[in-house]
Amino acid sequence: MSRTLSSRAVVVAAAATMAVVLTACGGTTKGSDTGPAAPGGSAAAADPDAPLQEGVKMAFLPKQLNNPYSDIEVGGGEAALKELKGEYKLVGPNDASASSQVSYINTLIQQQQDVIAVAANDPNAVCPSLNQARAAGIKVVSFDSDSAKECRDAFVNQATTEGIGQALVELAKEAAGGSGEIAILSATPNATNQNAWIEVVKSELAKPENSGLKLVKTAYGNDDDQKSFQETQGLLQSFPNLKAIVSPTTVGIAAAARYISSSNYQGKVAVTGLGTPNAMREYVKNGTAAKFALWNPADIGYLAAYAGVALKSGQITGQQGEKFTAGKLGEYTIGADGEIVLGPPTVFDASNIDQFDF
Amino acid sequence: MSALKAPPAAAWWSSVVRAREAGIVLALVALVAYTAVSNPRFLSGQSVRDILLGTSILAVLAVGQAVVVITRNIDLSVGSVLGLSAFTVGSVVQDNPGLPVVVALLAGVGIGVVCGTLNALLVRYGQVPALVVTLGTLYAFRGVTYLTAGGQQITADELPRAFLGFADASVLGVPWLVVIAVAVTVAVGVLLRNYRLGRELYAMGSSPEAAALVGIKVGRNTLVAFAISGAAAGLAGVLFAVRFGTIDAAAGTGYELNVVAAAVVGGVAVFGGSGTVWGAALGALLLTVIGSSLTVLDIDQFWQQAIVGALILLAIAIDRLVALRTARALRKGGPHVQ
Amino acid sequence: MSSDRLRRISWWDVAIIAITLVVLLVAAGAVDNFGSSRNFGFLVLDLLPIALIALPMTFVVITGEIDLSVASTLGLTSAVLGSLWNQGLPMETIVPLCVLLGAVLGAVNGLFVTVFKLPSLAVTIGTLALFRGLAFVVLGDSAVADFPAAFTSWVTGGVGGGPIPNALVLLVVLAAVAGLVLHATPVGRAVFATGANEQAARFSGIRVDKLKFWLFVSSGAVAGLAGVLWTLRYSSARADNGVGLELAVVAAVLLGGVSIFGGKGALPGVLAGVVLLATLQNALRLEDVTNESLNIVTGVLLIVSVLLPNLGRSLRATLRRRRLRAARHT
Repeated sequence: MSRTLSSRAVVVAAAATMAVVLTACGGTTKGSDTGPAAPGGSAAAADPDAPLQEGVKMAFLPKQLNNPYSDIEVGGGEAALKELKGEYKLVGPNDASASSQVSYINTLIQQQQDVIAVAANDPNAVCPSLNQARAAGIKVVSFDSDSAKECRDAFVNQATTEGIGQALVELAKEAAGGSGEIAILSATPNATNQNAWIEVVKSELAKPENSGLKLVKTAYGNDDDQKSFQETQGLLQSFPNLKAIVSPTTVGIAAAARYISSSNYQGKVAVTGLGTPNAMREYVKNGTAAKFALWNPADIGYLAAYAGVALKSGQITGQQGEKFTAGKLGEYTIGADGEIVLGPPTVFDASNIDQFDF
Repeated sequence: MSALKAPPAAAWWSSVVRAREAGIVLALVALVAYTAVSNPRFLSGQSVRDILLGTSILAVLAVGQAVVVITRNIDLSVGSVLGLSAFTVGSVVQDNPGLPVVVALLAGVGIGVVCGTLNALLVRYGQVPALVVTLGTLYAFRGVTYLTAGGQQITADELPRAFLGFADASVLGVPWLVVIAVAVTVAVGVLLRNYRLGRELYAMGSSPEAAALVGIKVGRNTLVAFAISGAAAGLAGVLFAVRFGTIDAAAGTGYELNVVAAAVVGGVAVFGGSGTVWGAALGALLLTVIGSSLTVLDIDQFWQQAIVGALILLAIAIDRLVALRTARALRKGGPHVQ
Repeated sequence: MSSDRLRRISWWDVAIIAITLVVLLVAAGAVDNFGSSRNFGFLVLDLLPIALIALPMTFVVITGEIDLSVASTLGLTSAVLGSLWNQGLPMETIVPLCVLLGAVLGAVNGLFVTVFKLPSLAVTIGTLALFRGLAFVVLGDSAVADFPAAFTSWVTGGVGGGPIPNALVLLVVLAAVAGLVLHATPVGRAVFATGANEQAARFSGIRVDKLKFWLFVSSGAVAGLAGVLWTLRYSSARADNGVGLELAVVAAVLLGGVSIFGGKGALPGVLAGVVLLATLQNALRLEDVTNESLNIVTGVLLIVSVLLPNLGRSLRATLRRRRLRAARHT
């Protein structure tokens, strides 16, 4: 008795589950829907003469806490908010996941912040929450790693995608001695920035003047020191003729340089890419990484803070062509799709590295 | 005696059980041979060294885990203990660059013993199942690490040369990390095999009630088992710090799965009473070699986790099969088996 | 019969429900913005996957088994959902397929446990790695995001546009079904009997293996459903969705008074456990308490939830012995 009932009841329960799920009918396939619409948002026109408001509550939500690079970025934001007499706040997950970022965005909405600055872990996953924030009157500035463009008011980009891609190819060419096999050690495979730069690198490599360089593999270290370390090992084993590793992420470049410094590949394989002077100083001096590039991360946070307060004050709305002044960095003009570009990256080598401390 | 008879089925099967480790060795040899044929650099000195260094940390953890699992318990907090130890020792070394490496290692062991003892006290005197306790301390120890770290990261350039140099240093060509891992395995292996305490741990795992009835000090032994696992995790934390040089509060997150996998693949039965630390250490080596050959064979890294999962299922299924056959053979053969 | 049912709802269930209510009230009173209807929506969405998976998990744990593979099932379903969507299948077909996939994954666990007689702890640690690995094999590290707004906004939206989230209705319906089955049907009695004494249950004619098999299947199916909801809520199908969620589910179930050894537990307690954890997280985050302290709170709560009843029991046993001795002396 009980046994027949038992399985039957489970089947019924499963069927009930299915029934609840199968609410809609018809056929919704990819492309038959254009995705979430952006909220009306900036209805008011920008007033370039509006004064910058004081006491703006601005929260920074980096990709994750405990990341030296993000620490420097948000540090710049804190400094700018001090100049602007705003309230600075820092929240963030420990695990660089998009779902934890969503929970934090929800919390910030509840806390009625004025501006949220976010470096998105997944451009789309944070989108619905950011739009809820904007619907609640909060201005959203993405920095460093953009969210989908319909979910934020402005995006502070460290440099143009083309600029970084070309700089990486130049660095790689020099590191490999003009020609030979190179490999890329990236962050996560769906990191927005890195993928855009890698695309530019690939199209640059297709040009005849770079024909001597051959990209053999793109490996992913997930911006995790240990994983990047192990991926470097794998690259060196798989490609005996490798001349250079290009890592367009600060975690990856430091891990690759450290592994090569401590192995017998030192002197045979060069490292270059994007890194912070403090983490790379040792490897520049021992020759593992003769040159690498980066913008000043603190300036990104600084610019994001000024952009956020300008948005809140109504000086700008995120439309192309609007201008605002970002403290010590000077005047910026908003480009297409609400993009604000910080400027060209700085190249570091043994001659200038000691002038920088970040 | 002189008659040449086929060995009784039971003896044959129990020798298979004993040869459990041989199976892993076989799998290892096959894997290494296959990988080396397709890419000879897999056997280069640098590559072998990297594999051994990678194994040493996992092996130390797996050996500690084996001891706990043998007593029919489990320690899921090892990844968090590793993180706590790595970060604490890392910051102490950062502030005291002159500290000898031995002291750092001992400090790590000490932190681990404290954590392990806390686990054991809750298991034994709180009567809380080990799964629950160590799941709880998995969260709690990690939380403590995040609190003390407060978002900082210790990077390689902030650690003294002598400390990081330990990762590259070697005795007679064998890196120190590997020497330590082997020493830990041998010491615990001998303890389990040749000492009364070791045999008691197996007895507790086979039947906790019977063990208590024959007068085994179950409480004390539980304490020892968890202390060993904690000590191993603490030691592994220092080895982690030495090897990777960059430590944040997330060090070792998710390690517990690999550690349990290494022990189980190495033939340590999840429900206690059987398995050896040699097997656990070999399991750790196998998992590391798999990861490494996937990279070398240029197979998608994404397969690695799936393969580890399939291996766990395979290992427990084989162990179950062997146990069943042995039991059946024993019943049939009965007293004839010497 | 009814007293039997009452006995299963232990004082811990009452305590945990009371504690949860107190925490909710305190949070509503003392934490700014906690009580708003929008925050209520966030709270429901945050606890939804945990609460859903906790329903079958309660059954599984009461029979003395465990299913640690649920979060990986969620991840694999999410990855498959994204991949099928990319191949142009209609969402109306994908969703039931994904729930079915979850059920099949659960059946794999069930087979290993009931046919091969392997310990579920080991089996589901294995499938935890296997399913997550397969999720990465299916979708790699890419993400699929262009899901139809009709589906994503159903998950995040409210009933008729009101403040009651659609997801809550789904949860309440499923919880009611699960509660009825567990506490008012022969199936429920079989679950408790199996957990209390498997041998005795077999002798009394309960087909223990069949029961367990179907419990693992439903655990997988619900995890698959949770995978669909997770994906739609974040409009993002990724292989790493829900990593580590199994620990939160087990923590909530144990906190809800279910014995890890099986045979004891009740659904109201479990739901209270889920709500308690989610409320604490939400409220503490609003108060700017860091994630790390949340970890400590979760861990300590988990241990205390088992420790306290144990201590209470041994205290009562000691008192009773003392009373008996006193009675004998007089």
